[in-house]
Amino acid sequence: ISLLPIQYDLSASTFSPDGRVFQVEYAIKAVENSSTAIGIRCKDGVVFGVEKLVLSKLYEEGSNKRIFNIDRHVGMAVAGLLADARSLSEVSREEASNFRSNYGHDIPLKHLADRVAMYVHAYTLYSAVRPFGCSFILGSYDEDDGPQLYMVDPSGISHGYWGCAIGKAKQAAKTEIEKLQMKEMTCRELVKEVAKIIYIVHDEVKDKAFELELSWVGEVTKGRHELVPKDIKEEAEKYAKVIYIALKHILSKLCPFILNISLSNNIVYILW
Amino acid sequence: MFISQNFEMDSFSQNPEFTIHSFFTFLDTTIMAVEFEGGVVIGADSRTTTGAYIANRVTDKLTPIHERIFCCRSGSAADTQAIADAVTYQLGFHSIELDEAPLVQTAASLFREMCYRYREELMAGIIVAGWDPRRGGQVYTVPVGGMMTRQPVSVGGSGSSYIYGYVDSNYRAGMSKEECLKFTAEALTLAMERDGSSGGVVRLAVISEQGVERQVILGNQLPKFSTV
Repeated sequence: ISLLPIQYDLSASTFSPDGRVFQVEYAIKAVENSSTAIGIRCKDGVVFGVEKLVLSKLYEEGSNKRIFNIDRHVGMAVAGLLADARSLSEVSREEASNFRSNYGHDIPLKHLADRVAMYVHAYTLYSAVRPFGCSFILGSYDEDDGPQLYMVDPSGISHGYWGCAIGKAKQAAKTEIEKLQMKEMTCRELVKEVAKIIYIVHDEVKDKAFELELSWVGEVTKGRHELVPKDIKEEAEKYAKVIYIALKHILSKLCPFILNISLSNNIVYILW
Repeated sequence: MFISQNFEMDSFSQNPEFTIHSFFTFLDTTIMAVEFEGGVVIGADSRTTTGAYIANRVTDKLTPIHERIFCCRSGSAADTQAIADAVTYQLGFHSIELDEAPLVQTAASLFREMCYRYREELMAGIIVAGWDPRRGGQVYTVPVGGMMTRQPVSVGGSGSSYIYGYVDSNYRAGMSKEECLKFTAEALTLAMERDGSSGGVVRLAVISEQGVERQVILGNQLPKFSTV
């Protein structure tokens, strides 16, 4: 059994002696370097939240979006190499459009996820190309199937989920998501929880500024995937910050000589 | 429905002494489909003509496209058979990919795509009817030219012109299965009485969640209307 990937990790068309394809694993690691994106499915819709790190104050607000519209009723939130993700969003759009053109109705999400996953998988078979370095979460809502949520990773696997997270803080986010009773919640309640989770998993120490991107699709939007309206988003961010700021206040009141408190990866750092 | 003879229409314009017996009739046949709560009833006559000769007096114009989706064919026999075969293949493939029963609307869209794309070459008037778990019984009509629309009742073929009045005055929403069967049989009989290109037996089928039930009403068993 080779633990060192030397010789076996140069192309996606090579297995290692212990049966791993290292290029695909490296692609998955690329996703883990990017900031977090989560998607949660509730009783009547799907909500996406993305922690979009702002690397420079000179960036225009709202540029480099990480949530895409694939069809009227389908949204996609991505993590990993953004350029790869953009190319896959175009592929997904074409799939959805061709389906509608051939069969006359909206593409079912399971079918779209399978088709795009098949495409992603194809790039893990040959040495001439590299695997896609991004994972993405697809969500949709329609009257017959209700809300649907699927996640595709660079190896080309897709699963259906009630809640999933991708990116650097995915473990912490998953823990938070598991605490929710999403099957009984509505979209309006869920938007606040999604904002709260993003704020909780955001690492203030390592990453500075971030923009929260929120989008939803469900009964509340009559089946169209849209960015959450500004007023509802502000309310959700206020709710998220309240929990966070309250924690700070309580702790600073308890100990007057605490200089600073920050929350990172579910661990509270206290400077005193 | 008719079978075309093998000659060229072009010779008419090039050779003025050549007399033509036109074997291209405008949509013979009478076909009909009705939606009811829980399914659809479809019906057709059974005559195929080559000019004045009845090539087949017991034709089956109700063609299965999928387990619970049928189409009623009118127009060119060859064209409609070829289209139905192609759509059956595409729909079967689609259904396996999706791993669920296909929607009637999908079948109708596939017919429409083909009938519209090749509208210059084809002569096909098709009624697509069936049952799917999402929207129940549905009837879609795809006439010559390739438009597609959903209707609660639809009639087609050359014999349909004689029964529009009957259908419009006798159709009520919310009829039961038996009432729909009687309605369809009577409408088809009236059309067959008046249209020379329709006749033979009345073939009926009921498509619902339980499956497909087919029946035939023979010539001597057809409903009788007053003969004037």
